[in-house]
Amino acid sequence: MTLGTWLALFVALVVTAEIVRVLRHRAMRHERWRRFFRHRTTTWGLGILTFLVIVALAAPLVAPYDPDKQLDIVHLKNHPPSWTFLLGTDVLSRDVWSRTVYGARVSLGIGALGALVAVALGTLVGAVAGYYQRWIDAVLMRGVDVGLALPRIFILLMAVALWDGLPFAALIIVIGLTSWFGTSRLVRAEVLSLRQRDFVVAARALGAGSGRVIFRHVLPNAAAPIIVSAALGVGNVLLLEASLSFLGIGVKPPEPTWGNMIADNAPSIYTAPWSTLFPGLAISLVVLSLNAVADGVRDALDPRAEAA
Amino acid sequence: MGAAWLLRRLLASVAIIFAVVTFVFILIHVAPGRPCPETVERAVCEELKRQFGLDRPLPEQYWRYLVALAHGNMGNSYANGRPVRAAIAGTIPFTLQLAGAALVLDFLLGLGLGIYQAVRVNRIPDVVLGNVTLFIYSLPTFWLALLLLLAFGEKLRWFPVGGASDPVLCPVVHSLFCVADRLWHTVLPAATLGLVGAAGTARFQRAAMLEVARQDYVRTARAKGLPERRVVLRHQLRNALLSFVTRFGLAFPFLLTGAVLIETIFAWPGMGRLAFDAILLRDYPVVTGTALIASVVVVAGNLLADILVGLADPRLRVRAPTDVEVVTA
Repeated sequence: MTLGTWLALFVALVVTAEIVRVLRHRAMRHERWRRFFRHRTTTWGLGILTFLVIVALAAPLVAPYDPDKQLDIVHLKNHPPSWTFLLGTDVLSRDVWSRTVYGARVSLGIGALGALVAVALGTLVGAVAGYYQRWIDAVLMRGVDVGLALPRIFILLMAVALWDGLPFAALIIVIGLTSWFGTSRLVRAEVLSLRQRDFVVAARALGAGSGRVIFRHVLPNAAAPIIVSAALGVGNVLLLEASLSFLGIGVKPPEPTWGNMIADNAPSIYTAPWSTLFPGLAISLVVLSLNAVADGVRDALDPRAEAA
Repeated sequence: MGAAWLLRRLLASVAIIFAVVTFVFILIHVAPGRPCPETVERAVCEELKRQFGLDRPLPEQYWRYLVALAHGNMGNSYANGRPVRAAIAGTIPFTLQLAGAALVLDFLLGLGLGIYQAVRVNRIPDVVLGNVTLFIYSLPTFWLALLLLLAFGEKLRWFPVGGASDPVLCPVVHSLFCVADRLWHTVLPAATLGLVGAAGTARFQRAAMLEVARQDYVRTARAKGLPERRVVLRHQLRNALLSFVTRFGLAFPFLLTGAVLIETIFAWPGMGRLAFDAILLRDYPVVTGTALIASVVVVAGNLLADILVGLADPRLRVRAPTDVEVVTA
């Protein structure tokens, strides 16, 4: 670790604190969002996520070494954590901290994009099924039944293992395509109850087209469950990617992701536990923060939670 | 929910399983690559393909598979010629043993914690446990498995690091020692699955208890002066267990999918590892067979949950449960 990287880390920390402070300040004006920040865990979760995103974006500044560079395979293999190598070095003498930082780009990127695909698709299917009802609903929801019965990890393993060496984009799409079923059921249930409400009926009576009614009137009012399932979705996709990479069929080395870092170093876990522990800790932190934020959103936007 | 409802659900379940099998069959056959490795000569490969019927058109292969399946024959493994049914049957006791142990831990610990937290809601024990369960719930199972292995398998040497039984003694000797030995081998993998599951169950059960706590009948029970213990156990818990029944049915797929990774890490000879190895070997019949069984478990779990909820909750017997909303894990 050089002085520059410490400085960059410090700046990232300050920026994070400032962002959270501003968000919190703004939230105080709205009753719902004040409730969001009421939980300490939620605030911390938001802070950790912001920090990790900043670190991922500023990876070249925060990482002291090239993540793929084998520094000295003879002398620096499995070097324990020190001031030079904050999190130690791995089995190929690469700096674990640098790899974790660059891995954040890939892991968070796949998590966010995969969840985006899943939530977009789930929302669309759920909204269409719930709004148009009749045979469209029947067809789509039977499809969702099948999707939910698919042993997802098997399907992913098959897709990824059989099409060897899938590019990132394909991996994201495959994960997204197998993760939207739950969201669509949720959104459909929400739309079913919303479409009976007066403001929706009024909008239709005024001659608004179904596209406008769905996107301008129905979906904005179904935002809470969609946001919650998006937050949980990012964590799920991240875990899936990590699992696939751990089994050696996700993102191919040397490109670092938290999952394949664990896979690379798990064999030497007894002699050099750090190179396995820290990437796993990173995954846990992100998923934990996402779950905490999802809890907060659920609390903030759930009208029944007022009493609690 | 009468016989008609049950029949309809059963038919729907069969249709879903059928669709899953079809999907897997298509997916596997449109994937690039051949089942025989590059080193095998082309002529030999063609001969092998002819032998396994892979040279025929896809619809015909599909039809043949379905006909065999209807006779209870899931085909033979390409890798070792064993009948798929026997291969899967050989792994099921191990998967059941692991899943059973994990479920017991999951439900006992999870229910206990959830109920305790709900009783002490928003006080210190609840907040502390809430953060602990949230943390455990967020751990990647495979990483937790590695941690437990490192701590209890390697450093403390309390538990074995892999396998389902002692490889030297127990295939030969059948004794009480070997029963204990098998349980001994189950501890770490079951604890991994069970702990993560228990954290989820605790969060779920706490929310369910608090949801019920808002109901009028709980307020009534309290207002008429019933002791707190009785209100919690008789009124709150019994109704909160209704939603738990749904979770019970949905726990099977979690254990099954979590099991692929856990079984790989602990070298556990269960179905998940069979499936994973078969995928890497492109052993088509085994892959399709395990996917079939896995989807049967998922669908059966859902159906079981719906039936149990229907039996336990009289309100659902009046209203036709055409669309029981299931919260997905």
